[in-house]
Amino acid sequence: MIEQILGHYAYWFVFLLLTIGLYGMILKRNLVKKLIGMTIFQVSVILFYIAASSKWGGTVPVLLGHGEHTPDTGIYINPLPHTLMLTAIVVGVATAGVAFALVITIFRRYHTLNEPDLLKKMKEGDDAS
Amino acid sequence: MRVVNWILLLIFTGLMIFASLGLPDRGKIEAPLNRETSAANTPNAPSYYITHAYEDAHTPNIVTVILADYRGFDTLGEETVILAAGLICLLLLRRRKASDE
Amino acid sequence: MNRYQENPIVLLISRLISPFIMLFALYVIFHGHYSPGGGFQGGTMLAASVLLLRLAAGSDISQLQFKKSWGTPLGSIGVLIYFGTGLAALIAGGQFLNYIYLPLGGGAAAERSMGILLVEIGVGLAVMGILVAIYDDLLEGEPDD
Repeated sequence: MIEQILGHYAYWFVFLLLTIGLYGMILKRNLVKKLIGMTIFQVSVILFYIAASSKWGGTVPVLLGHGEHTPDTGIYINPLPHTLMLTAIVVGVATAGVAFALVITIFRRYHTLNEPDLLKKMKEGDDAS
Repeated sequence: MRVVNWILLLIFTGLMIFASLGLPDRGKIEAPLNRETSAANTPNAPSYYITHAYEDAHTPNIVTVILADYRGFDTLGEETVILAAGLICLLLLRRRKASDE
Repeated sequence: MNRYQENPIVLLISRLISPFIMLFALYVIFHGHYSPGGGFQGGTMLAASVLLLRLAAGSDISQLQFKKSWGTPLGSIGVLIYFGTGLAALIAGGQFLNYIYLPLGGGAAAERSMGILLVEIGVGLAVMGILVAIYDDLLEGEPDD
């Protein structure tokens, strides 16, 4: 029991962040708050991969001593999820940029950012045209 | 309607915590993520990268070697994604003088 | 929208610090081989050094450091550098993005090291250009002073 808690507590903190992000995306009515929830959700997924790639007693995956001999894989943490998450971070920034551009365009067209009012105005625009 | 959303949120979180109890313990060397060879007796990718990074590229930083040399094609695709996002913002938001609003 | 009150202390510190941030970002890009760092991290810091002045001094004055129209062309040049390295390996007789066939001397391992450096420079330039371009496009048309 103690063994299982010690091995999994990091994942439970990441799921707390995931719940906060999902709460922002589902239960808030303003579009900008939904976008902030989406960014928090994305960060929690990145942290999950980084937490899963650690080894007890390991160090950063930069070779000490310029590699005169074959490195021991027990002292370096797993480098592959770190590489994939570098890509994911930058893609997250690009996605947030595009999402905010879309929010600005919606505001210029409909002059509201509240989601039920927005849906009502879009439906009226569809019925009128 | 909001009560249904709250219940769905709590069910989702409970499901994720229940699913994470099946994950192996974090940080052990015997986990399938950190082994030397995989279950089918092929070399496991992260330990291959650690042992062969210096003799292939004379570079101590293993993450940069993976990002730019072993998996360089994925980095090219990701740069294209960044460029596409910049072009989307340009096309959506730069207004010409003639067609305003 | 209320007018932005200009704060002389923030303006002075930003003008002093911004070149040093750019220099440190270039150090992070070029030392990606020997310490944690590389293209993406250095590119983001380069963009941060430009955005610091855009936030502190307003859009009009900070055009003197980095014009608004330079963002997207710099991003395209970065992607072209990456693609050009791969095409140079293809033209010189090998496969796409296999750095052994680049026409620089020194053996296979040194050529791969140089290929990684060229690629990281391309990535850094692309990330910097696009991040500044996204910021400028989000502020298009607003009276920012």
